[in-house]
Amino acid sequence: MPGSPHISLQRNSVRAVMLKVLAALVPGVIVHAWVFGPGIWVSLLVCTAFAYLFEALALAMRNLPLKPFLTDGSVLVTAWLLALSMPTLLPWWIYAVGMLIAVLVAKHLYGGLGQNLFNPAMVGYAALIVSFPMYMNLWPAPVSVASHTPNLMEAFDLVFAGQGAVSPDAYTAATPMDAVRAHVRAGGRAEEIARESFKLIGKETLVLTYLLGGVLLLATRVITWHIPVAFLAGVTVTAGVLYGLDPARYADPLFHLVTGSTMLGAFFILTDPVSASGTPRGKLIYAGLAGFITVLIRTYGNYPDGVAFSVLLMNMAVPFIDAHTQPRVFGEARGRRGGS
Amino acid sequence: MISRETRDIIVNGLWKQNPSLVQLLGLCPLLAISNSVVNSLSLGLATTLVMAVASASVSLVRNFIPHEIRIPTFVLIIAAAVTVVDLLMNAYVHPLYLVLGVFIPLITTNCIVLARVETFASKRSTFNSVLDAVMMGLGLTLVLVVLGALREVGGKGTLFSGLDLALGPAARDWVVTVLPDYQGFLLAILPPGAFIGLGLLIALKNGIEAMRQARRARPVPALQT
Repeated sequence: MPGSPHISLQRNSVRAVMLKVLAALVPGVIVHAWVFGPGIWVSLLVCTAFAYLFEALALAMRNLPLKPFLTDGSVLVTAWLLALSMPTLLPWWIYAVGMLIAVLVAKHLYGGLGQNLFNPAMVGYAALIVSFPMYMNLWPAPVSVASHTPNLMEAFDLVFAGQGAVSPDAYTAATPMDAVRAHVRAGGRAEEIARESFKLIGKETLVLTYLLGGVLLLATRVITWHIPVAFLAGVTVTAGVLYGLDPARYADPLFHLVTGSTMLGAFFILTDPVSASGTPRGKLIYAGLAGFITVLIRTYGNYPDGVAFSVLLMNMAVPFIDAHTQPRVFGEARGRRGGS
Repeated sequence: MISRETRDIIVNGLWKQNPSLVQLLGLCPLLAISNSVVNSLSLGLATTLVMAVASASVSLVRNFIPHEIRIPTFVLIIAAAVTVVDLLMNAYVHPLYLVLGVFIPLITTNCIVLARVETFASKRSTFNSVLDAVMMGLGLTLVLVVLGALREVGGKGTLFSGLDLALGPAARDWVVTVLPDYQGFLLAILPPGAFIGLGLLIALKNGIEAMRQARRARPVPALQT
């Protein structure tokens, strides 16, 4: 909790904030569709539909009014974040399970909007990657390298009817992170494959649009600079130290910044106002450590990306961080901890 | 004719004071082993047997145990009962014994066994103590089996897999495939599934209690439109 004064202005209502976040995500979605094909539209649609279904169900079970909660856009942000951090073109029920866990378990079992200890979208993602690792590794290949990119109709078929005539091999590919990991395990040098995958993917464009969306959020004061800067610094420094120790085995910092969901995480996921730290110093610690853990999981772990797990781990530490980083209240003696 | 006391003991063990849902005792094996019905049932029954033997022995000698050293004495008696069950399972259901592994010896440290011995068997008659131990054990077994069934159906889409470990190879065909062509939901099998599943069961029990209480508070149902 940030300290007083608790000014509540209409422009800072939940609804206004959520709409701004969604607006900032739009460029990312469009570029995603351009880089990876139209599959993202289908997964966004499926996630959104199930998000509203489960949200309405939870609200009905809890005897809460439907309208204010369904229209505040918070569940839509959860749905979009989950859809954007997952592979597209998976069977529809995987998205459904993800949203079920995100909305019912991570959000409403903890008390609903504003009460959730963990970022709902990331809880959904973590549950899916733990439960269905086979599917969650089927990342679509970028249009520039795929032998066949399903069009919108084929994407609907793949999601709702399962595999048709198209083999997944035609439209999926190892992510750059997996490629580097496999290459290093096979005895190659990390930088060769890291540079190679850069050229192929064209994903920088997508990363730049997330960055743009993030700047938008900063400019409209939906988020402060602390979390994105500390997270990106955490990633860069950790990756930089590893790269400095042995450039052959570890990918360079730039690679970590542009792959996976680093940018999405820095501006949209870690900054979730409910589950993130609320004090300025706390935000720096929270996001910096999340960046550190992300690179560690990516480098030494077996899961394709580390952002989700590092966010969840740091969410757990937030109450502790907040309690120890309360800003000094004006007039309070220096050196004394507030709040405790 | 069942006396009021007997009935209370039965209701307490199975529902009102259910060890897993209300007392929340002995959760470690409950959470660790409840990934299939067969595992749950066998560990539940083994625990029940230990509880019955331990409670019977303690209530028989309860007047001879010096108060100051009662806990070590109880633990020794429980450990003896566990050793018997451990050796029996090793001899007759060896494959199952291998699956349950360390959790059989660990029944010794299960809080629910010591809790019943300390709060009940050391103060009451032998008949009531055994009844209490068996009912508490069955209450635990019941929750274990329901949780095991939930996790097995949710995680693998089957029921009773591994029955052949207990009953020999002939039982291999008894596996019920509830959801054919199921992709598997690993989360239910992994430890988080146990915590989430137990949480849901506790919520269900509390929900039923709340509903019954609401009905009792309002004996005449309102029939207004």
